[in-house]
Amino acid sequence: MSMDSLKDRLQSSFIVFENELKEETRSPLHSIRRQAMKRFEAQGFPSVKLEDWKYTNLKPIVKGDYTVFADREQGLEFSEIKRFFLNELDTYKIVFVDGRYSSWLSSTTHQNYDICTFSAGLRRHRSVIDAYFSKAAWGERSLVALNTAFAREGAFVRIPAGKVVEKPIEVMHISTGSIGDSMNQPRGLIVLEEGAEATLIERHQNLGNARVLTNSVTEVFAGAGSHFHYLKIQNDSPTTALIDHTSIVQERDSRVDVGTFVFGGRFVRNELEFKLEGPGANAGMIGLSLVDADQFVDHHTGVDHVAPHCQSDELYKGVYDGKSQGVFNGRIMVRPGAQKTNAFQQNHNVLLGEKATVDTKPQLEIFADDVKCSHGCTIGQLDEDALFYLRSRGIPAHEAQALLLYAFGEEIIAKVPLPELRQRLSRLMARKLNVDFELSL
Amino acid sequence: MLKIQGLKASIDGQPILNGIDLEIGRGEVHAIMGPNGSGKSTLSNVIAGREDYEIESGSLEFEGTDLMELAPEERAHLGLFLSFQYPVEIPGVSVTNFVKTAINQHRKAKGLEPMEAKDMLRLMREKMELLGMDKGFLSRSLNEGFSGGEKKRNEIFQMALLEPKLAILDETDSGLDIDALRIVAEGVNALRSPERSILVITHYQRLLEYIQPDFIHVLHKGRIVKSGDKGLALELEKRGYDWLKEKEAEV
Ligand SMILES: Nc1ncnc2c1ncn2[C@@H]1O[C@H](COP(=O)(O)OP(=O)(O)OP(=O)(O)O)[C@@H](O)[C@H]1O
Ligand SMILES: [Mg+2]
Repeated sequence: MSMDSLKDRLQSSFIVFENELKEETRSPLHSIRRQAMKRFEAQGFPSVKLEDWKYTNLKPIVKGDYTVFADREQGLEFSEIKRFFLNELDTYKIVFVDGRYSSWLSSTTHQNYDICTFSAGLRRHRSVIDAYFSKAAWGERSLVALNTAFAREGAFVRIPAGKVVEKPIEVMHISTGSIGDSMNQPRGLIVLEEGAEATLIERHQNLGNARVLTNSVTEVFAGAGSHFHYLKIQNDSPTTALIDHTSIVQERDSRVDVGTFVFGGRFVRNELEFKLEGPGANAGMIGLSLVDADQFVDHHTGVDHVAPHCQSDELYKGVYDGKSQGVFNGRIMVRPGAQKTNAFQQNHNVLLGEKATVDTKPQLEIFADDVKCSHGCTIGQLDEDALFYLRSRGIPAHEAQALLLYAFGEEIIAKVPLPELRQRLSRLMARKLNVDFELSL
Repeated sequence: MLKIQGLKASIDGQPILNGIDLEIGRGEVHAIMGPNGSGKSTLSNVIAGREDYEIESGSLEFEGTDLMELAPEERAHLGLFLSFQYPVEIPGVSVTNFVKTAINQHRKAKGLEPMEAKDMLRLMREKMELLGMDKGFLSRSLNEGFSGGEKKRNEIFQMALLEPKLAILDETDSGLDIDALRIVAEGVNALRSPERSILVITHYQRLLEYIQPDFIHVLHKGRIVKSGDKGLALELEKRGYDWLKEKEAEV
């Protein structure tokens, strides 16, 4: 299959999609879809010739016989996917199986706030969707455009002014593999009105050996003084590729923290874009990648400081074993009016594998004069002196290395808000490092 | 217990140990003195299994076991302990977690189950008390931001917990104030037994007053140029090393 064949297939799927939509095709939302499809048709999949995709080759990923729409629903028991949830906690759950919403596995609500699906949002809150859809993640990027064209399912969260969601929200995208290789394009929309608060945890899990390509887009609107915690656990199987785009718009004094934890998956591309539109907005980004074998992980982040008196804080760390490959690109833009901006960025990497590589690049564009901006990146090996010290105390090389890597990763995990989630992440880290979890305690 | 014969070691082609012969019997306390850069820390690192050095020739035996082929952790499991001249700072690894891991790895090597959490805590408390250490220090990152003296005390704390058969103390006395020196020396003495041997590396007579060595050796340019009883330390304190260096020149 050539690169164009998936594109061809998507084009014909779009026609099928429109036929299914019937009346809906006359809606303003659908005209956005149509425009987006046009853009994707014109641009196609991004190639390595684009600066933003220089190190990230999609060619082998989009080469494949992917089913674009699952034609039937796949029955799953909760017990089959229980391990992916934070079972120690009572949580809201929005679960999709092969791109379709599973009400059976989910636990949603419309009381006080809406924690449900994009399709439910379309039925019940059309005005909210019309007001926000595609306003943060506009279709300039061809993959965002592609997702926009097919937008019809994903998580929909709307928290009215002043409401605090006490339970964490878990969003789970399950692929069963029963429809063969498949492509998923979830579309999430999260709206926090003034002073609202919520925490959301998101995962993609492939249960089978089929290839899964996910092209996900989520838009987040954080109203004045709202507070949103967004945690992405990317620990999928070796036959999966994830392209995850998140665009976040923040109003005055809002605070949004996004944590991205990558342990699994063959190919992961994260795009995280913040736009700080109101003064006093605060954006936090943390990331931890722990990969090996032939895994590929790319973090592209961007913070657009539009308003003055905003702060962005970014700390990404990576451990690369085997012949894994990492990319970090952190763009910080400070617009002319954005005085008193504080923008900090750090990216630290440990190369364990002799064939592992990391390309890291800060990209600062500063057009205001009264700003505090700092960035730093390191790529190194584990400290030999520290290893020898630990080993001289009877701690075997493998465990000594794991202890040091734990310490390296712990700085990130410690910033995660829920203790249950912190423990889960430590366990995932232990499993990835192939050591006893006890070592991390 | 420890038997070193004709040990020559170099780093990046630069010879540092030029033929060391040293035998430490069970229950004996030996001291090594010698000018800066004479190879004292190199010798202790080579014994502990640091891999940066090329061993040119010679042999290294511990209780009849050839150490040369053993990893640092295996040597530790046999009962070897090195108190570092410059303990390494390891941010993010707490003293408790580190000590617990070390103890349980020793137990694992002996085929024992991990120690019960409450026994572990009791043991740590007991040794901390012995060394006059503050509780808060258990939750701190290993050696990070520790004062020079605290680092050295932490080394002795680990030694007290691991109860090695042979402890090498590389300048554990430097950086300690007078009270700390006494406490550390008491900690070392508490460990003394007919079963245990100690190798003290120091520049100062003072520590040797607390820990009375059976033998004293002077290391110069990677060679032991003189050995004697504890009287030698007093002589060195008075006369310095020059007379030994001159003597070597004559030879
Ligand atoms: N990793 C290394 N690379 C290069 N040279 C080294 C290294 N380690 C030790 N040396 C050299 O070997 C020699 C012996 O060093 P060593 O640290 O063993 O001396 P020492 O007797 O312990 O000195 P001090 O009393 O100052 O602690 C010195 O000249 C030192 O510079
Ligand atoms: Mg030394």
